[in-house]
Amino acid sequence: MKIPLIYNIRSVSQRPVSTMLTALGIGLVVAVFVAMLALANGFIAALVKTGSTDNVLLLRRGADSEMSSSIPRDAISILAASPHIAAGADGKPLFSPETYIVINIPRQGGGEFDVANVVARGVSDKAFEVRRNIKIIEGRRFASGQSEICVGSKLKGRFNNVNVGDVLRFSNRNWSVVCRFTADGSSFESEIWGENEQFQSVFRGGAFQDVAFRLKDPGAFDDVKRAFLADQRIQIDAHRESEFYASQSELLGNILRILAIMITSIMSVGAVFGAVNTMYAAVSSRTPEIAVLLTLGFHPRSVLASFLAESAVIAFIGGVLGCLLALPINGVVTSTTNWSSFSEIAFAFRVTPQLLLAGLVFSVVMGVIGGFFPARRASRMPVIQALR
Amino acid sequence: MKFLPLVLANLKRHKLRTVLTMCSVALALFLFANLRTVTTTLSAGSQVSSSSRMITQNATAFVIPLPMSYAQRLKSVPHVTDVTWANWFGGKYGDGKDFFAQFAIDPESYLKMYPELAVPEDQKQAFFKERSAAIVGEGLIRKFGWKLGQNVTMQGTIFPGDWTFTIRGIYHPTLKEYGDDSFMFHYDYLYEREPTRVTPGWFIMKIDDPNAAPTVAKTIDDQFRNSTAPTKTGTEKAFAAGFASMWGNVKLLMSTIGMAVVFAILLVTANAMMMNQRERTGEVAVMKTVGFSDRRLFFLVIIEAAVIALTGAVLGLGAAVLLPIVTGFGEGGFLPGFRVTPGTLVVGGTVAVLLTVASGVFPAWQAAKLPVVQALRRVE
Repeated sequence: MKIPLIYNIRSVSQRPVSTMLTALGIGLVVAVFVAMLALANGFIAALVKTGSTDNVLLLRRGADSEMSSSIPRDAISILAASPHIAAGADGKPLFSPETYIVINIPRQGGGEFDVANVVARGVSDKAFEVRRNIKIIEGRRFASGQSEICVGSKLKGRFNNVNVGDVLRFSNRNWSVVCRFTADGSSFESEIWGENEQFQSVFRGGAFQDVAFRLKDPGAFDDVKRAFLADQRIQIDAHRESEFYASQSELLGNILRILAIMITSIMSVGAVFGAVNTMYAAVSSRTPEIAVLLTLGFHPRSVLASFLAESAVIAFIGGVLGCLLALPINGVVTSTTNWSSFSEIAFAFRVTPQLLLAGLVFSVVMGVIGGFFPARRASRMPVIQALR
Repeated sequence: MKFLPLVLANLKRHKLRTVLTMCSVALALFLFANLRTVTTTLSAGSQVSSSSRMITQNATAFVIPLPMSYAQRLKSVPHVTDVTWANWFGGKYGDGKDFFAQFAIDPESYLKMYPELAVPEDQKQAFFKERSAAIVGEGLIRKFGWKLGQNVTMQGTIFPGDWTFTIRGIYHPTLKEYGDDSFMFHYDYLYEREPTRVTPGWFIMKIDDPNAAPTVAKTIDDQFRNSTAPTKTGTEKAFAAGFASMWGNVKLLMSTIGMAVVFAILLVTANAMMMNQRERTGEVAVMKTVGFSDRRLFFLVIIEAAVIALTGAVLGLGAAVLLPIVTGFGEGGFLPGFRVTPGTLVVGGTVAVLLTVASGVFPAWQAAKLPVVQALRRVE
């Protein structure tokens, strides 16, 4: 017969201080676990969201980032003739040859050398349709032939002169900020966009870095890849846009995840020790009580299960506390340099329901591990001695 | 001190509990010291950097190169004694999973500029003589098992195609912070194959007076302000500090986690001390009856907490100090020069003392204030 859970809950509430201290210890571990994985998730999500599955990104063969790529102007017309490019509402191809560079912009309130590397992307007019997640929230698109730029929404607050109407100076020229855009939380929100022809002349004469276009038939990606590979006139690799940006998050995303797991596993050992201490103390102070339970005919297995459950309950309380502690971090924006693209990306911590669930499971696992040996001692107690 | 055996006997009463609590403290301080070392190592890069070396790069973006003609003009700037230049190569070795930095350098002037990169004289000469020669850090030699004289082929990501180099020298960084995993080869080798695209990525200058650095920077940047390639000049130290800031809020992140770790362990330790005290209510009452003063009982508990916290601290901080030595983690690679600083040990020690006070003070106060009569009655 099972010992009802209410017995454990009542005995836990008999020792409120010690229970709370143990629970809080586990709670902090869970909070760090959730917060660090939310950081890794947020970073990865920002990059995964950047690309779209029905877009293709063309880079020079062998280039592993947009920055190291280079596509000469004469290749662009060959690429533009591809039959796989979808047409926009106006019948023109959804095709954007782009320049890409990271420029140094001083951080707000920072010193002269406290600069961030911000992506300046020169795009064609069609880029706003190719990248469906782009939404202009203030102002209008830059006009062709003008020194005008659009800035991603996440630049605001981190840099000076990035509001609509401001003038941002870089590369020896003044650029009027004419619009601000969001991009569904993706890394585009950390970029500056201008017209490709304008950017090309100031940054990198003569070549584009990449081409983005919409597939007419999203299933035809492999055909496109093969067609470009076979074309002897050009040296181009086709990447599915979603896969390309996701791969850019791998390096740092993995480091963050490994760091999260390493730090929390060391912390969790400490918290489990705390749980062991608490449960041993509980077992020894309740020796006569356990003896009574055994005398009444409860199977030692039930006693074991009961003490394990008690430890799990304490840990679960801790897990809930930890999740509550970590929850406010959801949506907080932070930034770091993505070493794969050498540009700074701002992104929001992402606390997902799955992550909270993982945190709760983690807490219960800590509780069960911490409670096992004390519970076993309780179940193996020699009744006569204990009653005396 | 004559009560030390009593404290030890108390600690031995619940051996498992004492050991587990000590281990929790040790783990916490081990983690704390390592987290703090990450931030000290990141900022150490700028501390060991020289302030008599200056760097000039493109003001717009560090990826845009500068004209070669700047070399002569930089040389003529007052206080500048030497000029050298380098370029980022960005090659992929093997499957490209093991990243390391490759630079195209002007061999003689570069090695003269960086005496921190120690290369045996004969290897240096061999490197100078051969156009396709490379010198590599000893860390890379260890990692890939390369040998002197071996040919290494990489795929260029910026400069397409296969590039083959012959390893002619191995450098040893005299300061660990400089890292031992760079790969350097002749600038001319790169230039020969890509004459239209290659110009120096950045210039490095030696100045005869570190105090003149701001003037030198201003002179240089003013000179090129209205050219097609405006420059940004600063000391190596300033650039290194700027580079460290690219990690964003890593420092804040590390110290927040560090605080959480310390606090979590404080709870575990405080709990253990309180459990100890609760179980000893009766005997504290007896001791009081026998004539132990409140004060003495207070300190007995505090000392017990101190033994736990300090033993844990010695174990945890000791392990943190040994970790990079044993694993060779700080030798190079991801965080070159990773080692626990004396400052971290002091902070860790302070944490242990605070832990003693925080975990011991409540139970100690309880012991001291215990009403004897009532407590003795409870023993019955």
